[in-house]
Amino acid sequence: MTEITIFVLAAFVGFEVISKVPTTLHTPLMSQTNAIHGIVMLGGLIVIGHAGDPLEYVIGTIAIAFGTINIVGGFMVTDRILGMFTRKAKPSAPSASRPGADGSDKG
Amino acid sequence: MATALSQMPLAVLDPGGAGATALYIVAFSLFILGVRRGTHPTTAKQGNLIAVAGMAIAVATTLLLDGIGNWGLIVGGLAIGAAVGVIASIRVQMTAMPQMVALYNGVGGGAVALIAWSELRHGISLGEAIPLDTLIPVLFSMVIGSVSFWGSNIAFAKLQGLIPTRPLAVPGQQVVNALLLIGIVAACVSLAIDNGDPSQAIFIAALIAAAVLGNLVVLPIGGADMPVVISLLNAFTGIAAAATGFALDNVALIVAGTLVGSSGTILTMKMATAMNRSVANILFAGFGGAPAGAGGVAEERPVTSIGAQDAAIKLAYADSVVIVPGYGLAVAQAQHAIKEVADELEKRGVGVGYAIHPVAGRMPGHMNVLLAEADVPYEQLREMEEINPEMPRTDVAVVVGANDVVNPAAKNDPDSPIAGMPIIEVDEARQVIVIKRSLSPGFAGIDNDLFYEPNTSMLFADAKQAATEIAAEIGQL
Repeated sequence: MTEITIFVLAAFVGFEVISKVPTTLHTPLMSQTNAIHGIVMLGGLIVIGHAGDPLEYVIGTIAIAFGTINIVGGFMVTDRILGMFTRKAKPSAPSASRPGADGSDKG
Repeated sequence: MATALSQMPLAVLDPGGAGATALYIVAFSLFILGVRRGTHPTTAKQGNLIAVAGMAIAVATTLLLDGIGNWGLIVGGLAIGAAVGVIASIRVQMTAMPQMVALYNGVGGGAVALIAWSELRHGISLGEAIPLDTLIPVLFSMVIGSVSFWGSNIAFAKLQGLIPTRPLAVPGQQVVNALLLIGIVAACVSLAIDNGDPSQAIFIAALIAAAVLGNLVVLPIGGADMPVVISLLNAFTGIAAAATGFALDNVALIVAGTLVGSSGTILTMKMATAMNRSVANILFAGFGGAPAGAGGVAEERPVTSIGAQDAAIKLAYADSVVIVPGYGLAVAQAQHAIKEVADELEKRGVGVGYAIHPVAGRMPGHMNVLLAEADVPYEQLREMEEINPEMPRTDVAVVVGANDVVNPAAKNDPDSPIAGMPIIEVDEARQVIVIKRSLSPGFAGIDNDLFYEPNTSMLFADAKQAATEIAAEIGQL
């Protein structure tokens, strides 16, 4: 039951956190959330611990490799995409100091 | 060797214990913070790094859990995965970014399905009935993971041009899909009922059926709708990862997977809304190709065709020019050449702006990324709502490889498949130059009246070549 509670609350956090986002950031954000679901790699780490035969070794290793590609590739591509924006970030960025303030009360 | 190494006791954390839980809470808090920062332009890059830190903590915590073993295989899997991920991310062209995300999403889904299989085998090997609160999430994540893996691969293949981007419809497709889905659900139910000794053969059959379903669902979808599909599959993989978390009683997986699932759903709906389509319509209508032949206006209509030199003259003597990029710009890698045209024009004192349609290209923000790569100043990139009111005062609108996003049928023809979709109103500009390889319809598969307007000139050429020639011509004027 606790897990269901966590699930429902996390779903609401997901809905809320992304409710306002400029179109420019849709692609990097999709890429970043894509990298985050690579966390399923942890499942690979756990199941390979109780793997008992060659087939399970193979399945587990591939799962870990797949999950790691998802994580590493996802975060790196996101960083590359965002690097293109920030390199030429608006020279006058008056809002630069604000996000910290408004992020804290929502967090 | 693997077994010898597996005896190494790194295990210092009890799964589900206070220490592991506390570290996982730190990890997923960083994910939430990272995604939140990712929604602001000034903090997005920092947000990504925060999420990376969260992931590092989550992975490190898991490696310290009691029961983790087979270190040789773990290190091998991590090393292979990291090497592939690093190399692929460094080498990928910015134009290929959408299919790269599709591929990463696919391997994530693949990992989910494989973990489910392994977990089922583990459950069987224990020789006791598998509790339903483990077995049901296992079956769910197997199905969704398999659909996501194959669906993403098809999306990748379509965007990469390995298979035709036009919708590939099979007769009776909806019926076949429905039967597959019913079969998968029936298989899962029978496995759950027989949880004392679930048949691995049925499980594998369901895994394969889900793979076929993933293929069949995405194959009929046209290339223009792929961003929405990738985003949807991204959300699916997130939910599947959360299900894995339920099966393994791992709170980090539940929170991170759910976070991606729900935020991905919102993102998908935002993308679909920008195209004035519903997600269901995209998935089941097969729109994007069916009306291409039948609905198109077949009659010959006159168009005005011009060369690079004429286009250069029109542009050089204008006061204001708006460039409207589309997927053709990405395909032709024309972003640098277009920037040269803009530079030449600015040297002559012509005001230049870029009008970015929310769904231009293959992903929202695709055009921004490409133009940023060519060093186009951020402030010249204008959003649709911002630039449309200025269109009547614009001397020349240059459409580079865009089609549906400038099709006036969206506002003039209530029967058009794209009716109601917001467009960049280039038809309001005094003159329009369309750089396009042919008159062929866009991904929506419908004719574009804009091409036949008296104030529209068509420049039939590859976008990069045309832009390079125009830049040279302007330089000589």
